[in-house]
Amino acid sequence: MNVTIVDYKSGNISSVINSFKEVAKGKVNIEVTSDLNKIKSSDKVVLPGQGSFKSCVDALNNINGLVDTLNEFAINNKKPLLGICVGLQMFADIGYEETETKGLGWISGKVLKINNQNGKFKLPHIGWNQINIVRKSKIFQNIENYSHMYFVHSYEFIPEDKKVILATTDYSSNIVCSVEKENIFGTQFHPEKSDKIGLQIIENFIKL
Amino acid sequence: MLKNRIIPCLDVKNGRVVKGINFVDLKDAGDPVEQAKIYSDGGADEICFLDITASNENRDTIYDVVERTSKKCFVPLTVGGGVRSVEDINKLLNCGADKVSINTAAVQNPDVVVESSKKFGSQCIVVAIDAKKVNDSWKVFTHGGRNETETDALEFAKQMEICGAGELLVTSMDRDGTQIGYDIDLMKSISSKVNIPLIASGGVGNLDHLLDGIKLGNANAVLAASIFHYGKYSILDAKKFLDSKGIPVRI
Repeated sequence: MNVTIVDYKSGNISSVINSFKEVAKGKVNIEVTSDLNKIKSSDKVVLPGQGSFKSCVDALNNINGLVDTLNEFAINNKKPLLGICVGLQMFADIGYEETETKGLGWISGKVLKINNQNGKFKLPHIGWNQINIVRKSKIFQNIENYSHMYFVHSYEFIPEDKKVILATTDYSSNIVCSVEKENIFGTQFHPEKSDKIGLQIIENFIKL
Repeated sequence: MLKNRIIPCLDVKNGRVVKGINFVDLKDAGDPVEQAKIYSDGGADEICFLDITASNENRDTIYDVVERTSKKCFVPLTVGGGVRSVEDINKLLNCGADKVSINTAAVQNPDVVVESSKKFGSQCIVVAIDAKKVNDSWKVFTHGGRNETETDALEFAKQMEICGAGELLVTSMDRDGTQIGYDIDLMKSISSKVNIPLIASGGVGNLDHLLDGIKLGNANAVLAASIFHYGKYSILDAKKFLDSKGIPVRI
């Protein structure tokens, strides 16, 4: 099996690579590339994302044919894809970080700044927070409800259809921290930085 | 609910741990990777390396340490010490650091903070402020606390937030190494001035100090070195204690 981590030159993805390689233990091939043919032929794709919504979308668009290839992979061919952090946020129709920016439009909704309630909540939301699993999912197999995950973000994904929500976390309000729509999965938190429990989620995704 | 973080800090010199855990069963007590692994297995919420390598020819040793650690530890790794430029930050992130802390360079050239937070995102840019009380205010010190500047620590903290820092690591030079507790007034003053998270550092000698840092100093995370290194307390001891006092921690 081939799992491809999309390297679209936005932010630091070494932790994502290290964690997938740790879980794969050589049994599953982990590719790190933006090569369109390699993405097309892989079994699963991971879309990481660090920095701003706009910078990530711009970086995707900078690689000729990448968005089309991802659309073909996830929407036409319905193969499993995992978005992490801004990778998840880009599923939305639109994001408002820096400026209004169009997302991939895979899951209807928008990405807005977390309401910090006039400074009552510090941003970024950095650190370990518990997740409240609201729907069963294969990627949460062997994950106890209220497990701690590591978060770093200031913006949140607000999907139109609440049925896509897998889990929320409590920070200022109930923030959507994981979604699933058919073959598309996403986590706002960083499984690659969430210790053994995070690696379990990565393993669950690889095993899908 | 977001938990308060406990962060053990390891001083690394020429690729070796200077002050660290002294357990008999450690194969190589000087190896930062082994020490970091013990902390992350023990429940540390984050690991911090402070590179205190003095000579330029050995500066690259930290990259190897970070690379090896990031393959073994799956909790956030913050690396600081001697970070001068956007290129230094880039190199550390590529080796597997999750955050980079900038100290002297942030004072001398705030553009480093502006540029790096734009390029890599605020989430990985930590500004480390070394502050010392001079007359009635706190001044920023650079070069590992050796050089005094005219910069007011509170104003500098606000400026760094505006420049794009994602977090502040505030060390009291008056308290560092004393084991008499954090400078609570300093932590509280900076924390109320900014809307980004604050990591308190400098002066921890017992578990009550961690509690004070969070409860009285309004710190979002507490960093300590020696109380963990010499086996006085484990990370779990600290978390159980804080939990018993009603502080939210990840156990």
